[in-house]
Amino acid sequence: MDYKDYYKILHVGKDASQEEIKRAYRKLARKFHPDVNKNADAEAKFKEINEAYEVLKDDEKRKAYDNFGNNWQAGQEFRPPPDWESRFSRGGQGSRGTTSQHHSDFFESLFGGGRGHFTQENFSPFDQEEYSRGHDLHAKVSITLEDSYHGAKRTITLNRTVDEGGGRLSIQPQSLQVTIPKGIVEGQQIRLEGQGDSGYAKGQRGNLFLEIVFEPHRLFTTSKRDIYLVLPVTPWEAALGASISVPTLGGHVDLKLPPNSQSGQKLRLKGRGLCSKNHIGHQYVTLAIYTPEARTAEQRELYEKMARIMPYNPRSGFGG
Amino acid sequence: MTHEYRCTVLDDTMTWGIAELCELCRVDSNLVHEMISEGLLTPQGTSPETWRFNAVAVKRIQVTLRLQNDLRVNLPGAALVLDLLEEIDELRARIRQF
Repeated sequence: MDYKDYYKILHVGKDASQEEIKRAYRKLARKFHPDVNKNADAEAKFKEINEAYEVLKDDEKRKAYDNFGNNWQAGQEFRPPPDWESRFSRGGQGSRGTTSQHHSDFFESLFGGGRGHFTQENFSPFDQEEYSRGHDLHAKVSITLEDSYHGAKRTITLNRTVDEGGGRLSIQPQSLQVTIPKGIVEGQQIRLEGQGDSGYAKGQRGNLFLEIVFEPHRLFTTSKRDIYLVLPVTPWEAALGASISVPTLGGHVDLKLPPNSQSGQKLRLKGRGLCSKNHIGHQYVTLAIYTPEARTAEQRELYEKMARIMPYNPRSGFGG
Repeated sequence: MTHEYRCTVLDDTMTWGIAELCELCRVDSNLVHEMISEGLLTPQGTSPETWRFNAVAVKRIQVTLRLQNDLRVNLPGAALVLDLLEEIDELRARIRQF
């Protein structure tokens, strides 16, 4: 387990005032909120910021942390001293936002909570229904375009509250297999009934919402259910027309390139996008004409001959 | 460990009435009404009895709740954030195609 430098995480000095810490936290929280920041590491960063703030905003926790902090460096292997008695064994209370629910091992070794047991009193007595029903959980699942095109099964692991019997609830990492339906698109959610947090006593379990994120693809980009590909072609293929083998998510298909095609033209491969039961997606191929270099005398001569035989001004619209 | 469970894709063929929407997102109908008058949600239909909400509405409620909870953003602020985020998404998608 690595030592975490909570001051560094919030970009504040060790002597920072509560006001400075709050300001630094709010600024970073806005920047790295996973709904606002689309970078893959935003969520982890956001959790880290929240954890740092949870410790540093609380005088007692900050003091306890400072007593250790003097001897440790960020990233250093950390073990709590054997005589450490956590005064915070019911930590984790109050931070039940969807995105900051779980703490690092480092935090838990100092302040407890997390994987420890907790009972009824940690639950907000907000209203009777919320009191007993488990929380909904939200998570992102990243899949490949191929997973969506063909449909797939994915095993995910998430921390959730489970009922160990007798009203004892604990947070544990659990795995479940998720069916990714064919043709799911980025941003869509899958709702898994009863797969959220356990409820208290006879309370129902919450639900789990998984939001789909696409991993970047080597060749393709997407817009909703349509797939985009930039297709390099030679000048003679573009001018004379050609049959070109084009990659799609379902394998290569032949594309008929009409004669006198131009760079930037878009051709459609019908139904080759992300198709579900009720929706059809297409693949769009954008042409990019690549010009071979004139290296030898013969090659240069050929280009010169072209210039003579087919004079052409692609900039005629510019005037002047 | 694997489990058996019912799973639903919240896709664009699905719509929900206000009561179902509240149940799905676990919110009070007052919040939905406030979000409508703030322009955050625009249901199909002319009266609360005939309103239908789509998956975009579900996502907008969920993000609004997180923004409220995590960043203390109020409803007009959330409306602004959501509109800007959608615009950024569109611009990003346009860039990716070239």
